[in-house]
Amino acid sequence: MNWRAIQALMRKDLKVVVQNKGVIVPIILLPLILFIVIPALVLFIPSATASANSTDLAQLLAMVAPGLRDQLVGLTPDQAGVVFFLVYMMAPLFLIVPLMVSNVIAADSFVGERERKTLEALLYTPTTDGELLAGKILSALVPAVVVSLVGYLIYTVTADLAAAQIIGRALFPNPLWNVLVLWVAPAAAGLGLTSMMLVSVRAKTFQDAYQTGSLVVLPIVLLLIGQITGVLYFNIWLTLALGLVLWIIDAVLLFYGRRTFHRSELIARL
Amino acid sequence: MTDPVIVASDLGRRFGETVAVSQLELTVQAGEVFGFLGHNGAGKTTTIRMLNGILTPTTGSARVLGLDPMVDGTQLRSRTGVLTETPSLDERLTGRDNLTIYADLYRVPKDEVQARVDELLTGFDLIDRADDKAGGYSKGMKQRLALARTLLHKPEILFLDEPTSGLDPVAARQVHEMILQTTRQQGHTVFLCTHNLVEAQRLCDRVGVMEHGKLVALGSPRDLARQLVTNLTVDFEVDASSVPGALQALTAGGVTASAGQQAGTILVSGAAREQIPDQVSLLVNAGIRIYGVTPQEPTLEDVYFALHGEEPVQHNQAEVIQ
Repeated sequence: MNWRAIQALMRKDLKVVVQNKGVIVPIILLPLILFIVIPALVLFIPSATASANSTDLAQLLAMVAPGLRDQLVGLTPDQAGVVFFLVYMMAPLFLIVPLMVSNVIAADSFVGERERKTLEALLYTPTTDGELLAGKILSALVPAVVVSLVGYLIYTVTADLAAAQIIGRALFPNPLWNVLVLWVAPAAAGLGLTSMMLVSVRAKTFQDAYQTGSLVVLPIVLLLIGQITGVLYFNIWLTLALGLVLWIIDAVLLFYGRRTFHRSELIARL
Repeated sequence: MTDPVIVASDLGRRFGETVAVSQLELTVQAGEVFGFLGHNGAGKTTTIRMLNGILTPTTGSARVLGLDPMVDGTQLRSRTGVLTETPSLDERLTGRDNLTIYADLYRVPKDEVQARVDELLTGFDLIDRADDKAGGYSKGMKQRLALARTLLHKPEILFLDEPTSGLDPVAARQVHEMILQTTRQQGHTVFLCTHNLVEAQRLCDRVGVMEHGKLVALGSPRDLARQLVTNLTVDFEVDASSVPGALQALTAGGVTASAGQQAGTILVSGAAREQIPDQVSLLVNAGIRIYGVTPQEPTLEDVYFALHGEEPVQHNQAEVIQ
């Protein structure tokens, strides 16, 4: 592997990406809402989350999985609401960040490059197909993981500020979220990326790819619904298993995506 | 010009039912400027792609710089440079970034990158706009930047795909001069795809003409003209007062002739080279004094139209009589 070429590809893709509003806006906006705005709502408008309607909250908590209810034993309804919301409800939502960041960057990198007619010059360089693919993968994966890590750090501060006011102690960092951030988030980023590799085979434009690729968040929504309806809840074991499943899906999608990532295939599609 | 640097044998590529290139047999010598002519869709770009190992041929094989493009593509591409039909620049990046990133991709030694980039930006008259985004460049500037990028790693063979397509005459001329400068002086081999026949005539040592994926003619522009254009136009210079008599004598001899725009000139069209002495005899026998006989050398345009069975537009003809 020629790492200098891979770094050059990453540098190129990232320099281009930061100038595409269609890419950069969701990358900034989504973490901003999840990691700053939502904890701020809990902090400044507690009524919006916990104490506004304790009957609704009690009904909601009555529906969740018994294991999750056990985690909330001994807390007042307000405190239970904050823990439920900041720790458990936000867990699947957090995964949307690496998923979407890698997905949208990959859309720009794989499909946008073709749309801007810059791919052909790249194919004529003395890079191997593997180096080209590695450059494209890393240019989507690395920012997604970095945004997740930085987001987690920010969320730790903002969520703990909110938690301290209502519960009187910090909720983050905690083992569940550490596993989520270090094990599952990179796998979710991989899912956003590898699914886009497959979408890019058919998509003609960045917008096509972005819209189709966005469907990959549906499993996350199902996890969220599953947790609300009591089918499952985010404990360490589920999180470890979820990460494993995602890594396996990533490997399978990468295997199929790699099969279409040959110069001869790419140039024939131009 | 002795060593072949490009050899194609029975090279072909099919896309589904469409044959893009068929049974291509071709040899290009080192240091040669080889023109690859043909209309849009004739198979020129597909050939470049196969010769650089980015498109798998469906038939035949090729050797470029002694390497098999499909086996040693990476090594080969470090020794070739390709100017694609569209400049293929990252328009959101500056001109300098476009070159610096590709210098890394082309493995230009790290400590030489900055100097090489500056040298090319200066040489291609882009240094003043080097830190502006390429998207703001004029078409000619973009083409120059793309050409500079092609030369970053000092390639042994330059593949230029329609390098002046869409450029105004001044920008096209600049590109021609740069091609000549960076090739003839440095001994590069140039594989020039074009449908601009004037460009090919001006720049190329030899040309190949592609039609519907097949190579239909190959040789130097002059040789091809001699082989394929049998109907020459010949200028006869005679005394101005003798023009009517000369036209009558030629017409009587079955020759198609017309008075030229300048006084005392006659144009004979559709003549074979070996008929010129007979035409001279007709005039001499009619007592016409001849001051000059100039066969107009056919151009690549004439060759091209001859291959397509069409007549080029005749110029400088005031009146045709027969």
